[in-house]
Amino acid sequence: MAIPTKRLTTSELGVYIILTIVGVLFLFPIYALILSSFRPGRDLMRYGITFSSIIPDFFSTNNYAALLTGHRGEYPVWYRNSLILACSQTILTLAFSSFVGYGIGIYQFKGKNALTILVLLIMIVPLQILILPLYKIMTTLHAMNSFPGLLLPFIVSPFAIFFFRQYASGIPRDYFDAGRIDGLSEYAIFRKISVPLMIPAYGAMAILIAQQTWNNFLWPLIVIQTSNMFTLTIGLNSLLTPYGNNYDMLIAGSCAASVPIIIVFFFFQRFFISGLTTGGIKG
Amino acid sequence: MRQSVFQSSMRRAPYVFVLPFVISVLVFYLYPIIATIVMSFQDVVPGETRWIGTANYGKMFSEDFYKALGNSLKYTALTILILIPVPIILSVMLNGYRRRTNAVYRAVLFLPSLVSVVVAGTVFRLTFALSPKAAVNAIVILLGGRATDWVLGGAAQAMFLMVMIAVWRWTGVNIVYFLSGLQNIPNELYEAADIDGARSLARFLYITLPLLKPTIIFVTTISIFGGFAMFEESYIFWQGQSPNNVGLTMVGLIYKKGFQTGSMGLASAIGIVLMVVIFIVSLIALRSFGFFKRES
Repeated sequence: MAIPTKRLTTSELGVYIILTIVGVLFLFPIYALILSSFRPGRDLMRYGITFSSIIPDFFSTNNYAALLTGHRGEYPVWYRNSLILACSQTILTLAFSSFVGYGIGIYQFKGKNALTILVLLIMIVPLQILILPLYKIMTTLHAMNSFPGLLLPFIVSPFAIFFFRQYASGIPRDYFDAGRIDGLSEYAIFRKISVPLMIPAYGAMAILIAQQTWNNFLWPLIVIQTSNMFTLTIGLNSLLTPYGNNYDMLIAGSCAASVPIIIVFFFFQRFFISGLTTGGIKG
Repeated sequence: MRQSVFQSSMRRAPYVFVLPFVISVLVFYLYPIIATIVMSFQDVVPGETRWIGTANYGKMFSEDFYKALGNSLKYTALTILILIPVPIILSVMLNGYRRRTNAVYRAVLFLPSLVSVVVAGTVFRLTFALSPKAAVNAIVILLGGRATDWVLGGAAQAMFLMVMIAVWRWTGVNIVYFLSGLQNIPNELYEAADIDGARSLARFLYITLPLLKPTIIFVTTISIFGGFAMFEESYIFWQGQSPNNVGLTMVGLIYKKGFQTGSMGLASAIGIVLMVVIFIVSLIALRSFGFFKRES
C-alpha cells in the first residue's frame, strides 16, 4: 500500500465524483419525500416529485397534524401496533434464537452437524412459498388478526440462530469450565456467563430483527383483517388508492414511519453492518 | 453424587437447548412443506377437501403461469446482472484508505434499504409519475424522449420500475457484503502486484475478482432466492391487479390463486413448482461457479 497522503490524486477525484453522483441519486427520493411531507398533497398528486420540489419553498406541519386526527385517527393506532410488534418480536426471537444457537455452537452432541445443516437448509426456504399452510395453521390456532399470529412464524429465526452459533463458538471454553467448577448448571452458565458475553451479538441481531419486523409486509397482509390491527406498512398501503386522495397522510405517514429506523441506523451503524456480515460468509 | 448430577445435566443440556428449534421447524417449516405437497394433490374448499390426483399440475400451466414465470425469471436475471457488478465496482471505490469519507458514502447508499417497501413504492410512484414535470420524465424529455406512463404503460416500463426499486433498495446491502469480502483479501497480494508493475485494471481482474468469488457466489445465491420470491415490489404498484399481468410474479400468482381466487390446491401446486425452479436455477448457478468441484 502506498503511504497515505492527504492530497487527492486525479483518479481518486474521479472516484469521488462518481460516488457523489450515485449518492445524490440514491438520496434524492428520500430527501424529496421529507420535503414533500411539509407541502400540501395537491401538487404531489398532480405532478409527482419534480426537480423544483428540491427547493424547500413551503413549510407547514398540517400533514403531520392530519396524521393524528385524519382517517378516523387510526395512524397513531397503527404506529402503536408496529411498536408493540417490533418490540415483542425482537425480544422473543432474540431469546429463542440465542438459546438455540448457543446450544449448537458450544456443545458436542449427536446430531450437531445434522442440525447445523438443517439451519442452513431452512434459511433458503422462502417463507413466501409457505404462506398457504402457515395461514391454515394460524386459522386452526385462532391466531388470525392477532399479535401471536403475526409473531409466531418468526420466533425462531434460522439466520439469528446461525449468527449466535458462530458467535458462541468463539467464546473461550475456560469461561464455561470456570462456571462448572463453581457448581453452576448448564442453564445458569448460559444465563450468568454466556448471555453477558454475547451482548454485541444481541445488539446486532436486535437491530436487524426490529428493522425487518417494522418493515414486514407480506405476512401482516395475510394475517391482519381489521384496520385496528393494521401495522404501519399495511396501514400506509391501504392509503395507496388509485384516486390519490390520501397523499397528505401517505407522505407524512411514510416519513414518520421511516425516521425512527434511520435515526437508529445512525447511532448503531456498526451493529447493522456486523449483523449482515458476521457469520454470513465463510471464507 | 454431585458429579453425577453435573454430568447428566451436561449430557441432557444440548438437547434442551436445541428443543425450541426442533419444535418450531416441525411446526413452521416441515409441516407446511408437507402440507403444501399434500394440498397440491387436493381440491381445497373451506370445509371440504377432495383428492384429485395431479389435476392441479395439469391445469396449472395457464397463460398466467407462463407470464408469472417469465416475469420472475426476467426480474431475477436483471437484478443479478445489475446488483452484482455495480456494487462490486462501488465497493472497490469505497475500499480506499479515506475511511471517514467512505463511511459517509457507504451510509448514504445503505439508507434506502432501511425504509419499508411501501414507503419505497410511494416514493417511486411519485418520482416516476405520469406528468412530464415529474423527475424521471423530466430527464427523459431532456434526453429527447417522451413522457412515459411508467406504472401502467406496458411490460417493459413495469419491469424497469420493479428492477429500479430493487437496485435502489439493495445496492447498499450488497456493497456491505462485498466490502467485507474485500477486507479479507490480504494486502501483500496487492503489494506483490505493485512490485510486478500491475496496473489497476489488472489488479482488479487477477486479484480482486478471483478472491471475491466466495462473496459473489453468496450474493448470487441470495439474489436468486430473493428474485424468485419477489412479490411486494409488484404488489405496492398494482395491488395484484396489473394490466396484462405485467407485474405478476410467481409468488404474486400463489397469492392471487390462494387468497383472491380461493384455489388453495392449485396455489400449492404452483408453490411446489416454484420451489423446484429455485432449486434447479441455484444448482445451475453454483455449478457454473465450479462450487461442487473439489479445489486444492
